[in-house]
Amino acid sequence: MHIEIPYNVRPRPDTGLYNAKLGIWLFLASEVMLFGALFSSLILLRSGVPHWPHGRDEGLNIPLATVNTLVLIISSVTVVLAWANLRLGDLKKGRIFLGATLLCACGFMVIKAIEYTDKFKLGHFPKTNNFYAIYFTLTGLHGLHVLGGMIVFSYFIGPGAKMWFTEQARYTNRIEVAGLYWHFVDLVWIFLFPVLYLL
Amino acid sequence: MESSQQVDEQTHGGVHDPNVHHSPEEIKKEVRKYLVVFFVLACLTAITVAISYLHLPTNEAIAVALIIASIKAFLVAGYFMHLLSERKLIYAVLAVTVFFFAMLLWAPWNHHYDYFGR
Repeated sequence: MHIEIPYNVRPRPDTGLYNAKLGIWLFLASEVMLFGALFSSLILLRSGVPHWPHGRDEGLNIPLATVNTLVLIISSVTVVLAWANLRLGDLKKGRIFLGATLLCACGFMVIKAIEYTDKFKLGHFPKTNNFYAIYFTLTGLHGLHVLGGMIVFSYFIGPGAKMWFTEQARYTNRIEVAGLYWHFVDLVWIFLFPVLYLL
Repeated sequence: MESSQQVDEQTHGGVHDPNVHHSPEEIKKEVRKYLVVFFVLACLTAITVAISYLHLPTNEAIAVALIIASIKAFLVAGYFMHLLSERKLIYAVLAVTVFFFAMLLWAPWNHHYDYFGR
């Protein structure tokens, strides 16, 4: 039996939103609490000791992390450009910008892998000290979110794009929703970068 | 099955509303805005890194870095996530979220007073 999910294009009269959009915002609210708990842990650990190590002193690579920050910001722009082009009815350009977003996400993960490898070579693991415990937990969880975004974008560039030819507006909305998730991933990094690397 | 975008054509306070249909000109104008926001975000990232090399006292460094991060977050949420012109329901969801998030961040500051233990 085929059951159609209502209001996946047209806004629901009582909320003024299509369902997926309200859904992603509720999901993002739960994500705020997930990362919030870990930021709370960081504050607890940091304020509980007289001296908290500086990211730079612990050997974190600031230039690489700066590049990663720019890469994520660029990917946020490319995903809104993909959405804008789809709204203009241009699937080709939309897919190109989604591809650029995916490429940026891959770049971010490669840089993160380089950073992690350097740390492991120096014998820095989550068990080393509280600084590395929270560093690996926060950046690891964030990395998993990047990976999740990569899977979603790969699907929408590939098999998921078939929807464009039957339900153009619904496909466009899906990219908007995926984009909202992706901007959240960018937002988290905007705070992680100074908190872990620069302070 | 909905085969075409049948959306509410009304405007939303005269600003960009992501939930209504827009003309190609309006969308192109939005794109230009996104590019300006990107440029500002890139500049703010450079400023954050530059300031970290000034070796400010810890409290000042934390304050400056968090203020810049908050401005960047406002730009991403406001323009890329179009929160500046969203529906009230989303604001309501976020208001609850912000309250509990603030509680999460506030609680550990008091741990050394054993605030919750008394």
